[in-house]
Amino acid sequence: MAITGVLRPGHAQIRVLDLEEGVKFYRDVLGLVDMGRDSQGRHYFKAWDERDHHSVLIRQADKTGIDLFGFKVDSEATLEKFEKDLQAYGVTTKRIPAGEMMNTGERVQFTLNNGHAIELYADKKDVGNGLGYHNPKPWGPDAERGIAPTRLDHALLAGGDLDQALDIFVNVLGFYLVEEVVAPDGMKIAVWLSCSNKTHDIAFLRHAEDGKLHHVSFWLETWEKVLRAADIMSMNDVPVDIGPTRHGITRGATIYAWDRSGNRFETFSGGYPAYPDHAVITWPVEHLPEGLDYAQRKLHETFLTVFS
Amino acid sequence: METQKGNTTSVMTEEAYEYVKITIAETGESFDCSTNESVLEGMRRLGKRGIPVGCRSGGCSVCKCQVVKGEYHQHRPMSTEYISKQELEENCVLTCCIKPKDNLEVKVIGKMHKNVCEK
Repeated sequence: MAITGVLRPGHAQIRVLDLEEGVKFYRDVLGLVDMGRDSQGRHYFKAWDERDHHSVLIRQADKTGIDLFGFKVDSEATLEKFEKDLQAYGVTTKRIPAGEMMNTGERVQFTLNNGHAIELYADKKDVGNGLGYHNPKPWGPDAERGIAPTRLDHALLAGGDLDQALDIFVNVLGFYLVEEVVAPDGMKIAVWLSCSNKTHDIAFLRHAEDGKLHHVSFWLETWEKVLRAADIMSMNDVPVDIGPTRHGITRGATIYAWDRSGNRFETFSGGYPAYPDHAVITWPVEHLPEGLDYAQRKLHETFLTVFS
Repeated sequence: METQKGNTTSVMTEEAYEYVKITIAETGESFDCSTNESVLEGMRRLGKRGIPVGCRSGGCSVCKCQVVKGEYHQHRPMSTEYISKQELEENCVLTCCIKPKDNLEVKVIGKMHKNVCEK
């Protein structure tokens, strides 16, 4: 089996200032599938083509941002192995019981020095994408409702200690470095890491404040659908940050925009197939403007200043 | 589609509104803003500058200002990560979350002058 260990990003838990407004946004504008609410008041969603029960949770809080980002691993044995490896590395881990998150097995959670809670789990209920596993149709009504991304793709998390995050993801969790932004003195400013064949499953940005969310990203199949997303954003008064344009970094077509509480999200398409044997692509920091926005070749001020 | 408008309230959707003048204290620059849209959106929509524009939804703080003159009302929640109760009492606000009631004068304190209001 080619993809082992960590399989993919599995869920992001995001704080919103008004839950009902958030539900309307994530369901009707972003076009995720509503998967219900738990007794803690967390509201669950999945992208239409995802098969596991949920990939996005939102909860109401008086501060915006991200609570945690989770990854699915290939088995309970792998989960145990990572738990031991993380502890051997010197990271404190905790087990969160099965069922604490709806339809999800036990989770192993740890906090990076950059302030971000990361968790791993092996089990989440397969509810399917609604098309079935025998002679399925290629898509259904949920594929055209709102922006309708097919999956949660990745997140860009910001905080001070980028080096520890990079070390843990590469040397403990088995990710590989795909692209990086590097300062003249060699310090890494941002890194894009993959556990799969994607250009990134997680990315980290060095930033003075810990625990900050830069964005959570959602996958669209084509550039045409990114342009359709731009229309839907404007039709719904969604504040757009950057795009539609293409990143130099990862070559993805993109729009950055904000949810109703000011958490940045991305609708994203393209890129290239990444492999662990590929040489790392380096962007000297003076070329960050092209890396960010290849069409306009400018460093949008908000990219390095606006976080939740 | 979502029917309820979000943060960037359009002036086309509600009936009674008037235009007032928003002045940026540091530069003396001003712009006209509807009493039916946020101070930040009023500025941004006209292509004016002065207040940094970020998430426009109360979550990021770059548009933080102190209102030094004039009446306003808050129409959206602001993340307490960036605006404390005490700051609110001192009229420190995120300008994406307030609509003017009459002419306003605002001092820009977001990001660059983060500690102006903090004791």
